[in-house]
Amino acid sequence: MSVIVALIFPLVHPHSYHIDVVTTAGIYVILALGLNVVVGFTGLLHLGYAAFFAIGAYAYGLLNLRLGWPFWVGLGPAAMAAGLSGVLLGIPALRVRGDYLAIVTLGFGEIVRIAVTNLEPWTGGPNGLLGIAHPVIQIPGVDRYDFGVESMPYYYLVLVVAVSVMMICVRMGRSRVGRAWAAIRDDELAASCCGIDTFQLKVLAQGVGAAIAGLAGAIFAAKQGTITPDSFDFILSVMILAMVVLGGLGSVLGVVVGALVLGTLPELLRGFEQYRMLVFGVIMILMMRWRPQGVFGHPPRLRA
Amino acid sequence: MGLTSSILMSPFHLLLQQLANGFTIGAIYALIALGYTMVYGVIRLINFAHGEVFMVGAYLALTALLILGVAQPLTGVALVGVLTACIALAIGGCGMLGLGIERLAYRPLRPRPAESSGRSGQAPRLAALITAIGVSFFLQNAVMLLYGATDRRFPAFIPARRWEWGGTSLTLLQVVIWLTSGVLMVALQMLVMSTKLGKAMRATAQDPTACRLLGIPVDRIIALTFALGSGFAAVGGMLFGLYYNTVNFHDGYLTGLKAFTAAVLGGIGNIPGAMVGGLVLGILEALGAGYLSSQWKNVFAFVVLVGLLLFKPTGLLGERVADRA
Repeated sequence: MSVIVALIFPLVHPHSYHIDVVTTAGIYVILALGLNVVVGFTGLLHLGYAAFFAIGAYAYGLLNLRLGWPFWVGLGPAAMAAGLSGVLLGIPALRVRGDYLAIVTLGFGEIVRIAVTNLEPWTGGPNGLLGIAHPVIQIPGVDRYDFGVESMPYYYLVLVVAVSVMMICVRMGRSRVGRAWAAIRDDELAASCCGIDTFQLKVLAQGVGAAIAGLAGAIFAAKQGTITPDSFDFILSVMILAMVVLGGLGSVLGVVVGALVLGTLPELLRGFEQYRMLVFGVIMILMMRWRPQGVFGHPPRLRA
Repeated sequence: MGLTSSILMSPFHLLLQQLANGFTIGAIYALIALGYTMVYGVIRLINFAHGEVFMVGAYLALTALLILGVAQPLTGVALVGVLTACIALAIGGCGMLGLGIERLAYRPLRPRPAESSGRSGQAPRLAALITAIGVSFFLQNAVMLLYGATDRRFPAFIPARRWEWGGTSLTLLQVVIWLTSGVLMVALQMLVMSTKLGKAMRATAQDPTACRLLGIPVDRIIALTFALGSGFAAVGGMLFGLYYNTVNFHDGYLTGLKAFTAAVLGGIGNIPGAMVGGLVLGILEALGAGYLSSQWKNVFAFVVLVGLLLFKPTGLLGERVADRA
């Protein structure tokens, strides 16, 4: 039902600004699903998630601008670059836990953002990368379709990717690996006593989550055509975390709803722009007070 | 302090200048770091909103100056009076704010004594951290709405006296910052080590359950710890505003993180450690910015923080283990 609504939404409501808003919310959905693997499934608090989004976006941007790789070719390597950075960060970082992990990841996020700003010869510094190619679909001898700056094709691209990631997440959560992640989240010591290689699985979760962010980053870069370091700040990391937490940690459906609501809320509340973050802070406090498991979350026992 | 003057300076005097500057900002970091470390010591909570309390302190001091109509440097009794008024309003306001944050945001999340038996270490850390982020957002945006999003000029009411020695210059303001921080730190150390309240704080840090059994009002001690830490951050905020001449509602985030780094550097939970950590971080930052690159200045703190947490999580003077969480 909701899939049908999603499929025909742009056709019955061909308002390109609104389609664009929903597309952006769709990118948030992908990001939130990725962070959910790390925070929701495995219980690792991550406060620098925007860094992986940035790595994906810059990886595609550089592959495209320097090597001329088209979007469909660059998408995979961009996701892989982000995933690899997640693993490389995870190997040293996952030795610390809880609050300390949160702070290490926060530091990582800031280091990446400042590095991207300062490495001007490669990243274009504060001005960012300009003129990144939009996706093109080309069937040899038949047709060539450039996504350009239209909103409709991106809507469907994001929809397809988001639904795929969502399905992968649902399957992954129920798999052997997913159950091991849940065991680590609920009680790491008990999990390791049951013979689960907790370190390896935590690094895996971090890598998968980072790769999904990289995917979203590449799509974002291709859609915008321009990326700057400002797009990947701490506020973004917190926003994505808020989507995951408010929707319900570990619940794929909850995370999707959380991301769609919070992703479109700023546009719906345009008139209250100034008070938005204020209200947002209050909501976060109240949620933690009365419903820390989120709207669709598991019982509170499952938090560490 | 700018590049032009440093080119003319001898290497020795340049180094001395960097050390003096680093010592000054380090003293401010240390004041803020005390709040992190005290709260962590007592309830094992990283109060992420502490950086915003510092920022609110700077704005409260600014408010005091605006009310008093201070716009230029003062001398004598007027100077002392204004300084006292600023400190009083900042400490009072932030102390109340600290109490409020603890009461409304954190206390409801703490397990009640009856439930906490056995699993007290499993306090909902994630919930507390997200609450802290919520408090941060709230404070930042409240200040933005009240005072505007642009930089606010902070009236320089300390006379611009300076002493020069072979190119190294030391301003009266720097001396004021050193003295204020020094006096406060000594006072805190005395409070913690030799008053009844300090004793109760140390006891709560060791074993809250046993404290309750002995009739120590643990909740009140925790609230007072928040208030005390917030008061220190407020003074830090005022000195920060004086030192940089502007305040912005964004300042709390970065400076708060640096102060937190200082607390970790010294060993979180350890009060003298926070002082040492603040000074070391300030000097590291000044030397890094002076000799390596000022563009990367803000990265040094994060690199120190990440490296430290990964390789020596107990900090310089710390005794606790990070792997407890």
